[in-house]
Amino acid sequence: MLLIPCPYCGPREETEFRYGGQAHLPYPADPAALSGAEWADFLFMRDNPRGDWSERWMHAAGCRRWFNVVRSTATSEIRSAYQIGEPRPESDR
Amino acid sequence: MSSRSAEGGGTGIDRARPLRFLLDGRTYDGLAGDTLASALLANGVDVVCPSPILGRPRGVFSAGAEEPCAFVEITAPRFEPIVPATAVELVDGLEATGRPGVGRLSPDGADAPTADHRHLHVETLVVGAGIAGLRAARGAARTGERVLLVDERHWLGGTAHSSDMIDGEPATAWIEGVATELNDAPEARVLIRATALGVYDAGYVVVAERGASWERIWHVRAGRVVLATGAHERPIAFADDDRPGVMLASAAVTYADRFGVLPGERAVVFTTNHTGHEAALRLADAGVDVAAILDVGDGGPATERARARGIDVRTGWAVAGTDGDPRVRAVHAVGPHGEEETLAADLLLVAGGWNPVVQLWRGIGGGLRYGDDRACFLPDGTGPAWLEIIGAAAGEGLPTVTPYWFTPAEDLSHHYVDLQRDSTVADVLEAVDMNLRSTEHVKRATYIGTAIDQGRTSGVLTAAIVNQAWGAGPGAQGPTNSRPPYTPVPFSALAGRDRGPLLDPTRCTPIHPWHVAHGAVFENVGQWKRPWYFPNDPSENLEAAVERECLAVRRGVGAMDASTLGKIELTGPDVATFLDRLYTNQMSSLAVGSIRYGLMLGLDGMVFDDGVAMRLAEDRFLITTTTGGAAKVMEHIEEWLQTEWTDLRVFAASVSEQWSTVALNGPSARDVLVALGTDIAVDRDAFPFMTWRDGRVAGMPARVARVSFSGELAYEINVPGWYGLAMWEAVMAAGGPFGIGPYGTEAMHVLRAEKGFVIVGQDTDGTVTPHDLGMSWIVNETKEDFIGKRSLTRPDTVRTDRKQLVGLLPVEPDVLLSEGAQIVMQDTGTIPMPMLGHVTSAYRSPVLGRSIALAMVAGGRDLVGSAVYAPMPGGTIAAVVTGPVFYDPEGARRDG
Repeated sequence: MLLIPCPYCGPREETEFRYGGQAHLPYPADPAALSGAEWADFLFMRDNPRGDWSERWMHAAGCRRWFNVVRSTATSEIRSAYQIGEPRPESDR
Repeated sequence: MSSRSAEGGGTGIDRARPLRFLLDGRTYDGLAGDTLASALLANGVDVVCPSPILGRPRGVFSAGAEEPCAFVEITAPRFEPIVPATAVELVDGLEATGRPGVGRLSPDGADAPTADHRHLHVETLVVGAGIAGLRAARGAARTGERVLLVDERHWLGGTAHSSDMIDGEPATAWIEGVATELNDAPEARVLIRATALGVYDAGYVVVAERGASWERIWHVRAGRVVLATGAHERPIAFADDDRPGVMLASAAVTYADRFGVLPGERAVVFTTNHTGHEAALRLADAGVDVAAILDVGDGGPATERARARGIDVRTGWAVAGTDGDPRVRAVHAVGPHGEEETLAADLLLVAGGWNPVVQLWRGIGGGLRYGDDRACFLPDGTGPAWLEIIGAAAGEGLPTVTPYWFTPAEDLSHHYVDLQRDSTVADVLEAVDMNLRSTEHVKRATYIGTAIDQGRTSGVLTAAIVNQAWGAGPGAQGPTNSRPPYTPVPFSALAGRDRGPLLDPTRCTPIHPWHVAHGAVFENVGQWKRPWYFPNDPSENLEAAVERECLAVRRGVGAMDASTLGKIELTGPDVATFLDRLYTNQMSSLAVGSIRYGLMLGLDGMVFDDGVAMRLAEDRFLITTTTGGAAKVMEHIEEWLQTEWTDLRVFAASVSEQWSTVALNGPSARDVLVALGTDIAVDRDAFPFMTWRDGRVAGMPARVARVSFSGELAYEINVPGWYGLAMWEAVMAAGGPFGIGPYGTEAMHVLRAEKGFVIVGQDTDGTVTPHDLGMSWIVNETKEDFIGKRSLTRPDTVRTDRKQLVGLLPVEPDVLLSEGAQIVMQDTGTIPMPMLGHVTSAYRSPVLGRSIALAMVAGGRDLVGSAVYAPMPGGTIAAVVTGPVFYDPEGARRDG
């Protein structure tokens, strides 16, 4: 079970959180302008790297705030957590 | 035979405290401090249970959790399905039965002991209380840290009892000293009889502690986890290596030193390293006659000490096989030049080398490397930063070994590798002959490592045989991975108190006590208890009650507890903009005081939830959700507000439990409302359909909404939760003269199906668009955007052969379709035939006097009027496709 550093509450057990998948996939400004392939890409396609990536979490049994986490998919180690709207920390790229 | 030493000895037993126990119905005597295995050996018991597949007699092979042979079922003091006798602490009155292979549940249904769960945060957790673990825990405790030390055994010190001096002190005194120091440290805690089941992310370790009449699961978060799990000695395979009297050399030392038990009278030691010689010397000291030491290597310095004791040490010799019935009586030895000799002995001690206990280490990603000198797999230093492994588990102090895995022979079918699976060297080689290269594949072919011990004594041996057979180096492949739990743990312990009524929270409405008092039959809707139907008397069945409840609503009036509907209040200057994006239809145009039905879609365009929106003020809406969808809709709203539309000034608050709702449905609903006494103008022009009014009803503050899920004239009376029961009772009293009765969810489902109203999650399944439901009227194509809009023009969602919602009328009006039944176009023919869809809802409609159904059928709207068929086990049911609205299609009844 992960120990997730909620930026608002501090480290808490994974069971308090809801997973939100890949981060930094903004809703398109004008979905109608996208081709079918572009929309399908946004809707269905996700990265699947080995190593660090950014993912979304929501502290469902706590502050109920969404935030982003950089976590290694290889070791599950969490590098950092940051608020929605903040860029992914440079040092973790 | 084995016996308790008359000469004393045994640092772990109390000879003044005898205990009595039973094995297979026979009474034996043991001592406080014994394990079941040591007590059995003390009584000269050779055979504990037959082997699981071949039924070969098996005795005690080891002295710990690695035991592959001596398994028992415990029936007293409390039931345990299958445990190794080597890991059972003897208690007075213990009753055991030999039980090979697979355990069974308690035959008399005895309940499991109480189990609680505790959470603990520490700076340092040390697993294993041998010398290394005790040192590590003491070191951490001296810094003032919070420290937890756990060990699976019922004593501290591990095998330190076989050390003469530790840090200049006698071993027992040293252990006592550390224990006292840890006991006195305010932040240190020591748990014995406590097994670390698994090590997980970020220093999370689950520990199972066994008490006399209880179990406890500890959830430990540690800043640093130190594994001091020691090493297990491993066997060597030779013919009939499973015979009682064959034992790991270190186990024999433990029985002699700790329990004062001599595991035999005359021993042969078969060794690959100096620890076999040391074991021989200790056993000789304890009184065992050591006939010979057969060392496959060149012996080394220990050879001289053994010879000085008069022991016959032979280098380059090995054991080829054993004889005995069942216990070992002769050992067949083979010399470096093929010479053969039979040695009389009743004990054969095997010292094949040492495997660090790395199961917990590997489980969380710790890496291994092969150590050529020690011929074993050692931690390679990679792994999480918070994880350390020390002592013998890290290879410290392990002897240099002459690698030797099995004694060659023509027939290898009695060279047992995994004694708990009766698998042999021949089995492994057969798997290799089938071209299996990976030890993981060999495991699946031979079952080696799949037993309770997960291959603790057999894993490295199997890997070595596979490597050798393929001509690879001895470290080319390691043993298969093992998984938590490290040793078996009762499900009841993991469940703890989360059983029966405490398994899941139960949610009840404020009106619940009335339902209970009036004999409601309940159904679970999520965590909610909802009245399913209200039998008039206990003999009235579901069908009869539902018919009565439905007709009451169609002809008079009925009331339903609708309090479980999800309710979310949204406030803020941008609330209308937000709801326009959330729903497929326009909410910003809704007037204050009015109500609009709405559908929410997922981004994929599929129906996600439905409900109504009431505009309470320009900047304030109250929306309802399905009972089961309340939490996910709230999360959906929060997600969009927090992650995408952060510029929108909207607050959302769940108010589901702030309100109780009484749904008053039927032609007489208005009369009942008037009879209740209200200051709201209730005539049809003053209070039209799909509006709400605040006022007082029966003297209580209420918000009344004219929404209908039955198609009848209906008022939903919402009151603050604590008025719920009072309002319900007032409604029942005022409605008495009008013949009011309560109705449950089943009647509600029938009534809505008669009207063709869908239930999200019953008639939809996450693959259904509004167009599929025939609800294009609610999709506002001119809105700039809403969640899911773009997906409604994907090639897949505009297919005309998608499954569409239709009604079905069985040709035989008394025949009820089954929900889930498949729909086909032929009444006979060859199976398989194309399946067009399935029935989503099926009921007997009391008002129509016939059965009806809703179904999702491919291209269904074009099939209206056609016959379709539902093949069922009892025969094919024919039905005619109709529109989904069966009753009052013009909507003439909603205004009363």
